[in-house]
This record gives sequence, structure tokens and C-alpha cells, in this order.
Amino acid sequence: MATFNLNVNGKSLTVDADPNTPLLWVLRDHLNLVGTKYGCGIAQCGACTVHLGDVATRSCMLTVSSVGNQEITTIEGLSENGDHPVQKAWLEVDVPQCGYCQAGQIMTASALLKKNPNPTDEEIEMSMNGNICRCGTYTRIKKAVKLASKSNA
Amino acid sequence: MTLIKTQIGRRAFIKNTSLASGGLILGFSMLNACKPKQAETMAALEMPEEWFEMNGYLKIGDNGVVTILSPNPEIGQNVKTSMPMIVADELDIDWSQVIVEQAPLNTKLYSWQVAGGSRSISSSWQGLRMAGATARHLLKEAAAQAWQVPVSEISAVAGMLTHEASGNSAGYGEMASAASKLEVPEEIELKEQSEFTIIGTSRKNVDGKKIVTGQPLFGLDVQREGMLIATVAHPPAFGMTLKSFDASSAKQMPGIKDVFSIKVYEDDFKRSTFHHTAFNEVVVVLGETTWQVMQAKKAVQIEWEKAPDRTYGMTMFGNDMTVNHPAGMENSASHKEKMEAMSARPGRVVRRDGNPEAAFANAAKVIERSYSCPFLAHNTMEPMNFFAHVTEGHAELLGPTQTPEWMETAIAARLDLPLDKVDIMMTRQGGGFGRRLYGHFMVEAALISKQAKAPVKLVYSREEDMTQGIYRPAYYATYRAALDENNNMVAFHVKTGGIPESPLFANRFPAGALDNYLAEDWTIESNITTGAFRAPRSNFIAGAEQSFLDEVAEASGKDPIQFRLDLLQRAQQHPVGERNDYEADRYAGVLEMVREKSGWDQGATGRHRGVSAYFCHNSYVAQVLDVIMEGNEPKVDRVCVAIDCGIVVNPDAATNMAEGGTVDGIGQAMYSAMTFKDGVPEEKNFDRYRLIRHAEAPKSIDVHFVDNGKDPTGLGEPPFPPVMGALANALYKATGRRVYHQPFITDRPPLVG
Repeated sequence: MATFNLNVNGKSLTVDADPNTPLLWVLRDHLNLVGTKYGCGIAQCGACTVHLGDVATRSCMLTVSSVGNQEITTIEGLSENGDHPVQKAWLEVDVPQCGYCQAGQIMTASALLKKNPNPTDEEIEMSMNGNICRCGTYTRIKKAVKLASKSNA
Repeated sequence: MTLIKTQIGRRAFIKNTSLASGGLILGFSMLNACKPKQAETMAALEMPEEWFEMNGYLKIGDNGVVTILSPNPEIGQNVKTSMPMIVADELDIDWSQVIVEQAPLNTKLYSWQVAGGSRSISSSWQGLRMAGATARHLLKEAAAQAWQVPVSEISAVAGMLTHEASGNSAGYGEMASAASKLEVPEEIELKEQSEFTIIGTSRKNVDGKKIVTGQPLFGLDVQREGMLIATVAHPPAFGMTLKSFDASSAKQMPGIKDVFSIKVYEDDFKRSTFHHTAFNEVVVVLGETTWQVMQAKKAVQIEWEKAPDRTYGMTMFGNDMTVNHPAGMENSASHKEKMEAMSARPGRVVRRDGNPEAAFANAAKVIERSYSCPFLAHNTMEPMNFFAHVTEGHAELLGPTQTPEWMETAIAARLDLPLDKVDIMMTRQGGGFGRRLYGHFMVEAALISKQAKAPVKLVYSREEDMTQGIYRPAYYATYRAALDENNNMVAFHVKTGGIPESPLFANRFPAGALDNYLAEDWTIESNITTGAFRAPRSNFIAGAEQSFLDEVAEASGKDPIQFRLDLLQRAQQHPVGERNDYEADRYAGVLEMVREKSGWDQGATGRHRGVSAYFCHNSYVAQVLDVIMEGNEPKVDRVCVAIDCGIVVNPDAATNMAEGGTVDGIGQAMYSAMTFKDGVPEEKNFDRYRLIRHAEAPKSIDVHFVDNGKDPTGLGEPPFPPVMGALANALYKATGRRVYHQPFITDRPPLVG
């Protein structure tokens, strides 16, 4: 066990955990930030996506000891009132079915738009391809990303 | 106006008279505890000081805010929005004044609290409407009494009661207390479809804001004071069972509280098929955090041994059946050989019309083709999990289940508790697809909590989830068509089976459309457990049949849509047999609609189109799928969907469901498979188990609904099976080569030379 000072959603938080614990489980079990989801544990499904700085990162294979003082943003911290353009677009398009993967989708999409405010269809597909939606809401996700990119402009 | 007896499901309307004096509603304490937060995130509605229960489905606050309880499990099919919409419409309340809450399992108040068979809306259609209409009627009665005027002169619209002649008016909240004390009438008036104001209009997902902001909603998100986390280890292969384990080092690991084994069901417990599990003894690792228990599990030294032949006496919907699990370690390669061998032998004749043998013997031409599909894992994005808190004489369970009622009996039996001491509450669920119809993990969670004497959340790892069984069976089908010298189809023969069940629907189309028809089936036993997977059996047979008919249409020189319509016309005008279980005119209706909406007759340059249509869950779906070639790679570009599922409650959400079913069907048929080597599932996680991803999904999906005013039928499943046929037919147009064996991505001719 070791003590880690993490910068999560603009707050400095301290956790005691095994250094090999993936950030995912630190967020979920230690910090009670359960919006970040467990899907596969091997960075294949994207449900656990958070931002490390501005970069969409799979938290299930990122050990807590490797995070350091980098800024971590989870779905809970993406915006104060759920009014990030991507969140608003998701609501407007009414994307979710079961909803489980959507936090990860939103975190990947918001990181994409930060880097590339007006992505093409192909760029959206490429960037989002690591996020599985088992319900098959892909067409709506693309629509919402495009809507958010327009509201960004 | 439709008059209906409130006797139907009347127990849902029995009012607790002890509440009448105080008026304040009680019960559902767990929900009440959540209420302020719920209200805050819903629509910032001001909460009432008092709630008045009108019936088991709704309560009205003194300020007019209405809480509607959604009885069925929410697995992504959006019933948590659409079921309350039905209640709200008949109540005639502004939707913005509605708070939706998930109802707990309550067999006294509700029936069919199941997410299965695409039946949530259809089986509750009248009950939900009655719930709203009854409350509305009682509010009108209360107003009539208060104002001393005839009830027939009171109008109730959008939460307001009005008596025009006297100029009296009041909000529902003002009359809720008085209304809650009135007797439920014997009969109640329901609205005509033309009077609906909410049903048939698109309303957004009631949990949408919580989903996009990452609020706790799912079973895996449950947190409780003093809660421990558990995970389980089951045998690594079907055909194996637990022999012994050594947990001495695992128990020394940080955060680990205990390691023990549990026996899920007692030997003498008569399981239903929904209780079943391949692995009745599992090793449990109990600890403080999820990561700790998942790590410690790897450190438990477990010895497995080969399981003997096993026979289970089971029930399925009250019918007794015997399920054999033969000993041995099975392989996908030998599965295929066994299925081919069975298909070459005579099967069990399920339906025979006319003289198919003679028709085939005299045919000018016989077309014969075989199709197959592999086992599939459901792979809900949220792995199996459940919270349980078992104390002396009581069990509380909370989590994702599609069948709380069916599991309650098993949990009560295993804990030796009466049914009323087992309380089950549902969370939102990260997908179902049939997997959560099989709730052995609920029994496991309860047993672990009992042993731990603590509240426990059981969490399956992805690998444990994917290798546990309850798969979509593997199926195989051989079709034959006899053509006369004019290339007319004069006989049709299907012989099909699977491991361990047959996917045959002998009375579905094209049965009824042909004078000579033969349907046979067969089964092969296995120790690999299988279960319902979105549109069970249809999820294979639809695609196989629709691919085959495409080939027959081509051989007949007919347009594939017209070919089907001609058969349906025959089935409608001169049906063969009396047990055909589809309505030919509705079937034809979706085909005609998809022909028009997709611009089928106009053709499309550069597009390779396939069509398919199927009937299941009392609904009709036709799809036209367009493939375009990108270099040598076929890509699904667009799908046009026509659906007849009767009245559509929430059109945009229904469209979402149809889009999802279409994507899911393309994905499963094209990419997914679960294979076995010596009993071991070879795909354990999403690195080897391929699911459809963004870049493989269609660019656009257009969904159209038939507007016929018929009572609603299923929607969660029907758009899923037929698209597999449309995909196969479009791939043929694009590549010139037909695909027969799923997943299509691996159905390639062997390399020669």
C-alpha cells in the first residue's frame, strides 16, 4: 500500500492503494466516482475512458502509481452542470440505450473535439473505434459528435 | 372511448384503506429515500409535502407533481420512459410534471416484471392505461363531490380539473387526497388513439441526464456502508467441476477477508431453466475492493476435475423437462461435424403439408443450401453483478436482473426464507440481451452475503462473465426448394437443429404459402449451457431462411421483394394449413413499405442491395441493406427499416431501438463467435471476441413504422434477426459470392494452391 495524491476533477485527493491498482478501481472503489465504467479491464472496450490532461485514456490499465500529478478528468468532472457541448448533444440526440458505455464514449468524443473541433466522419469513426457500444447506438453517437462539433464552432 | 373492466389486474388497484385516514402514502421506503435527489436531477420539480397513492403505479403530490412507478426491468429498451408515458397519457398529466421511479419487485401489484420476449409494453398495455385512467377518474369523482356537480361534467386535462358551467377548477394535487379515499369503479373508460397526447410523441430518456453525467445508476455502481466485494472463480472448461482449492496465500493478500466455496443450488432443488448454471460450485474471493479480489483470485490454487454425466429435472414455464449434460470436453470442430451428420439424417417431422417428397422427386430443379452459426456470448457491457444483504430472516437484493420474480423463488428456497422475506430491487442495467434472464449470480450473491454476514456486491470479471455459459446455441439448417419447369417454387423443405436446441418455427412463413411443405428438426446434447439471446432461435433461422429465399427468387428469375410478396399473397388468399402464426397482409405491408422507402425499384448505382423480412414477437420487420465496395472491402452503408409493431409509444426511442437491433444483427452475423477447445471457451475478452465497432456500423439507418392503430407488439427483438439475411443478400450482390456460415467475416473459400 502507498499513498497517492491525485488531481481529480480539479480537486486534490489522497488515496491509499496498492501502487499497481488501476486508476479505474481507485476512482470507483476508493473515490466513489462510479461514472467511469468497468467493461473489460484490458483497454479493449473504452468504457473506462477518462482524460489525462487533454488525452482520452483507458483507466483500466493505467496504474495509480503512474498518474503522478497529471490532471484527471472523469465524466463527473467534464462539466459542472452536465452542460458540456458533448453532453448536451448526447441529450439532444437522445443517444443512450442501456447507457453503460456512454460515459466512456462521451469522454473519448470530448477529447477528440478538443483536439480537432471539426472532425470528418472518418476522423470520428477512427477516434471512437476503441469504444464499444453493445446496444449499437453508433449512428446516434456519430450524429451527436457532429452536433457537438457544430455547437463548438 | 373504450370501456374496460378494472377486474383485469384488479389486484393492482386494491387500495390500502389504512392509508385513507392520513392520506400520506408509505411503502417503497427505499425509493422514498432517493426522492429528493431524483427530483433535483429530473426537472428541478418542487417536491410536494404529501404524496397520495392512487394505485400501485402512481402517486400524486399535493402540488400536482406525479410519481409514476415503472414496473419492468430497464435493460436499454427504454421501458422506464415508455411505460410511464402510457400511464401519464391516460391520467392526462403534463409530462414535465412526472417523476419516474423504478418499482421494486412486487408480485401483488404487478404482473410480468420481466424484460423478456419483447413483452413489456404489449403485456402491460391495458394495465398501464387502466392505472392512469382509474386515477383520472377518481380525481374527477373527487372534484364532482367537492363541487356538488355531476362527474360527467368534469373535464380532466393536463393535470387540471375543470367544471365549465360553475367555473370551478383545481389542479390534480388539490383533489389527490380526496381521490385516494374513493372506491375504484367497476369499469373505466380508456382514451381512443386519437385522444392520446403523450403516447405517439417522442419523449427523451428519463435517465438521460444521469447517464451523460455519470451518476450512479447501474448495479456495479451500488455502494453501501460496510459493503464487501466478492468475485467468483468457476471451472475453466465446460465438463469440469471443482475438486479442491488452497487459498492460504490468497488470504494473506491485502484487503482479502475470506476465500470459500459455495454450492449454488442444493441437489434436490428443482431448477427452472432460468435458474440453471453449468457451474454449481464456485470459489468465492471476498475482500474490500474489486481490484483486490480480482488479484487474489489469481493466487488461489484451484484443482478442477472432470464432471460426470449429469441429468437435471427442470421446469420451463411450468412444464417439466429433462436436461442432460454429457460428460466430456467439447470442441467447435466436432460440433460442426456432429451438426452436419445430424442434418444428413432424417429429422423429427414437425409439419408436413401436401406431398413434399413427390414434389421434390418430380421437380425440374432442386436448390439445396446449408447455413450455420456459432455460439455467442451476450457480452452485456456491464458484467454480471448483484448486491445482497442477507440477515437473520431477511434478504435484500439490488442489481441488474431481467427476471426478479423468477429468481425470487430460487433465492428464497436456497436461503430457506419465505418469499415475503426476500426483497428484490432493480437498478438500471448495462444491457440484457437475455443474459440477465438467468440469475444464478443473484443466488450466489445472497449465499456470499449470508456466509460473510455482511452486505456484499458480487462482481464478475469480464473473463468470468464471458466464459460462464448461457450462450446463444450453435445452429445449423439445410433448406431445399423444388422448382417446376417454369421455375416456380412448388415445394419447400427445412431441416434444422442445434446444440442443444432446435431453432425451428414450423408454422412461420413460408409455411402456409406452399402446397408442399416439410419442416423437420433435431438436437444435440451438450454440457455447454445456453440461454435466450435476443430473439431466441429467430436470431439464426430468420437470416438463413431469408438468404435461402433470396437464392430461390434469383433462380426463379424474380425480384426478391416481389417473390416474397407473391408467396404472401398466396398465404393470404388461399393459406395452406390452419396453424400459420403470422398475418400475411401485415408481413406484405412492411415489404411494400421498405420497397417504397428505400427506393428499391429505382435501383442505386454503386450500391449493392439486399432485402429481408421476418415476423417474430408479434411484429413484422423488413430491411433493405446497402453495401458499397471500398476497394475490395464491402461496407454496410445504409439500412432502411420498415416495422409493423402496432401503436408506437415513443417514436424516437423506438427508432433508436430499431437502429440498435439493426447494428447488433449486422455485428453478430458478421463478426462474433464463441468457440471451444477441449471445453475451454477460446474467447475470454474483447481482444479475441469481436464485437461490431463504430467504423463497421452503417453510416445511416432509416426507420419507418406502419401506422395502423393496432395494440402494441414487440420491438426490442424483431429488428435484430432479419437484418442478417439482408446483409448476406447484399454481400452476395457486392461480391458475387454467397455467405452461409456465420460469422461471415470468416466465411471465405479455402485458399487453393
